[in-house]
Amino acid sequence: MEAAVLDTLDPLIGALRERGYAVVGPMVRDGVIRFAELDSAADLPVGRADEQAPGVYRLHERGELVFGFAASPDSVKRWTHPPRSTLFRMRDGVPEPAAVRAPKVALLGVRACDLAALAVQDRVFLGGRHPDEAYRERRAALFLIAVTCAVPGGTCFCASTGTGPRADSGFDLALTELTGPHRFLVEPGGERGAELLAALPSRPAGDADLETARGVGAAAEARMGRHLDLGGVRERLAEGRESPVWNEIASRCLTCANCTMVCPTCFCVTVEDGTSLDDGTAERTERWDSCFTLEFTELGGAPVRSSGAARYRQWLTHKFSTWFDQFGTCGCVGCGRCVTWCPAGIDIIEELERLR
Amino acid sequence: MSKLAVWKLASCDGCQLTLLDCEDELLSVAARVEIAYFLEASSARGKGPYDLSLVEGSITTPDDLERIGHIRRVSRHLVTIGACATAGGVQALRNLADVREFASVVYARPDYIKTLDRSTPVSAHVPVDFELRGCPIDKRQLLEVIGAFLAGRRPVVPAHSVCVECKARGNPCVLVAHGTPCLGPVTQAGCGALCPAFNRGCFGCFGPMESPNAAALNALLRAAGMDDDALQRVYRTFNVTSFGGSSDA
Amino acid sequence: MIPTPYHVRSRRPDRADTVTLTLEPVEGACPSFLPGQFTMLYAPGVGEIPISISGRARSGGYVQTVRAVGAVSRALCRARRGDVVGVRGPFGTHWELAAAHGLDVVVAAGGLGLAPLRPVIRELAAHGARFGRISVIVGARTPSTLMYPRELARWGRDFDVQVTVDHPDRAWKGPTGLITKLVGRIVFEPARTYAFVCGPEVMMRATAGELVRRGVPAGRIALSLERNMKCGIGRCGHCQLGPLFTCLDGPVLTYDKVADLLEVKQL
Repeated sequence: MEAAVLDTLDPLIGALRERGYAVVGPMVRDGVIRFAELDSAADLPVGRADEQAPGVYRLHERGELVFGFAASPDSVKRWTHPPRSTLFRMRDGVPEPAAVRAPKVALLGVRACDLAALAVQDRVFLGGRHPDEAYRERRAALFLIAVTCAVPGGTCFCASTGTGPRADSGFDLALTELTGPHRFLVEPGGERGAELLAALPSRPAGDADLETARGVGAAAEARMGRHLDLGGVRERLAEGRESPVWNEIASRCLTCANCTMVCPTCFCVTVEDGTSLDDGTAERTERWDSCFTLEFTELGGAPVRSSGAARYRQWLTHKFSTWFDQFGTCGCVGCGRCVTWCPAGIDIIEELERLR
Repeated sequence: MSKLAVWKLASCDGCQLTLLDCEDELLSVAARVEIAYFLEASSARGKGPYDLSLVEGSITTPDDLERIGHIRRVSRHLVTIGACATAGGVQALRNLADVREFASVVYARPDYIKTLDRSTPVSAHVPVDFELRGCPIDKRQLLEVIGAFLAGRRPVVPAHSVCVECKARGNPCVLVAHGTPCLGPVTQAGCGALCPAFNRGCFGCFGPMESPNAAALNALLRAAGMDDDALQRVYRTFNVTSFGGSSDA
Repeated sequence: MIPTPYHVRSRRPDRADTVTLTLEPVEGACPSFLPGQFTMLYAPGVGEIPISISGRARSGGYVQTVRAVGAVSRALCRARRGDVVGVRGPFGTHWELAAAHGLDVVVAAGGLGLAPLRPVIRELAAHGARFGRISVIVGARTPSTLMYPRELARWGRDFDVQVTVDHPDRAWKGPTGLITKLVGRIVFEPARTYAFVCGPEVMMRATAGELVRRGVPAGRIALSLERNMKCGIGRCGHCQLGPLFTCLDGPVLTYDKVADLLEVKQL
């Protein structure tokens, strides 16, 4: 199936719901554009745009685009690697694996950076000697509808990391929002997407549609909020472990862990063990953890990384240097979330420059 | 069966009420432990010693001092609950002023009032096995602590920031998204990020997190419109003895 | 991440705060292990910690020594014969005994670090002919915290075994002070030596440093590193040391791979 043009997204949302998917997409909630379950295309944030800067996010009314905004505070991680999940229960010495919650979810409006983050997660969770089957199940239950970023955020730098703004692969369907007249170019990324697209009332895309769509990605690339020169960053960090810059950053860093929570590739977890008060059934829960907590490196009652400087160094060095050693790729996909959602507005791009 | 006792010093009773609020889970607790002494719930005074004592309230009178010594002696494990017991509570505001002056203004016969100059946490007087923070404490955390002491394990009560729970819950940061002053980044988790979930800033009732960088946060709070007075007030509310000096104002 | 139920087959208190357990699967046989590997031992409802395997019992079970320092290790030390604990693993890298064939061997253990080295020493005792001169040096805080004293005495008949303590009691007649001092009291040909070192990190750094100064190649000094571990399979992220996952790339690593990393404070 070739690319097609849709005038509205309602048939797409309807078809997904008919196929048993909860359709989750961007909505205005709590003063931000975040992902939540959609009833119809009317829930989408038409004409709403975000302003993103280090430590600042504001919502404005601007233009008429449905997807005229950048990365939302949440990434796909919430669905593939949820904040909390039960691993097993054990009663009378017999462990029972907990059922994996892997609901069928169609994510509408996934950005190229998030698809790149998913590819990184695939390496982390599935690429090693101990693949995570729960992750595999949750990931397989997702139907991914990408959208080309038309309006990059003020903290985005996916063009520098080579992960956007246009999605090349890793999606079921990819949308590009076109104007004059308003329409969506839809490109299938595989059989599942092609099958769904064939069932929708669409018309074939013309050369002009394809050309305009290419222009959307190119324009976004030119308007990227930030630029990062990745050359030598990996080595710079590996060699810069004793740099005085870490202490200076630590004077501003809150060690609050927001950056690691919103990062789409941060995967660290801890486990919590307990017993039910009722019948003493033991239970283990896995939950998001962060290298910014002291308990993360606790050994014999004391943390290895007691200083904020050591913890910040771990986060940045892992993302841009040791991630390559461990997973053969960069841990950063340029979404800019850690810059926007750092309350202190610490800008990793500036810090990487200062470490030169 | 293990024996549980619940004690009250200078406090508002809200933390003890958290145990009664457990409702369904309270039955499970009652099935596992003998609630031997809990005047808020029953007039029965079961004899000690007790395996686990939950102590609410701060030390503000000579009588409190005597009682906490007794409580420690009759308790195998002593867990303090709430901001009063762990950090002196709201009443520790007296520590920054002259309590006799207060007494003379409030009471017709201040000479009847026997009170200490300062309100202090229980841990300032006797060894405490665990401190559960909050104003009031969180019900899930209370059940976790009781369960942990019964099972002989370390309670899962993380000392990291509220932000970790806030993001896990899916809240957007109120400081970043709305410019709402929020103490979440310097405050210990435990409440489940209750206030930010309703678009309110955290006001620090769980006390300082494990490595608070108040100086860095204060710069942001000032930028969000708080002046020195407001900063001082927000730190000097529930946890004066642990948070009081954080305003650097 | 699901533990397999194991029975506590036997429980032997070693010292005031250490207990050696023999663990056997409730069903089936123990997976094979290599000296230096560890398992994640789970005290049901209490928690899970990494514990090295100190050997295989005659019955086929794992022999594992636990020191009661936290809630989980205390619960494991309290386990009684017949109790069920959970086991995951074995995980991690192992002591490369074959790399020491034909070479003089130095085994250096500090405190509980003797537990992961016990299978190495047993192997050396069983196949002494494959190696050159063998020396075992051990450091303990006090004579009463010295691990496996009876086995040490037995091994002393086969090769040079020397023990030092930090704080001697009245009965102690042996050397006192740091284990590095013992390095000067054993005989080995540095250029043709392989060393197995395990103990607190500061002890391992000092011992490896001393061995390097005497001419032992860093690539022939194996250490067993310790970090906070929650998963044992490179997933939780806690045990990272620079580019390494201690649970996957370690715990046993040669000094040439980690010397620089161990120099950096709070890495």
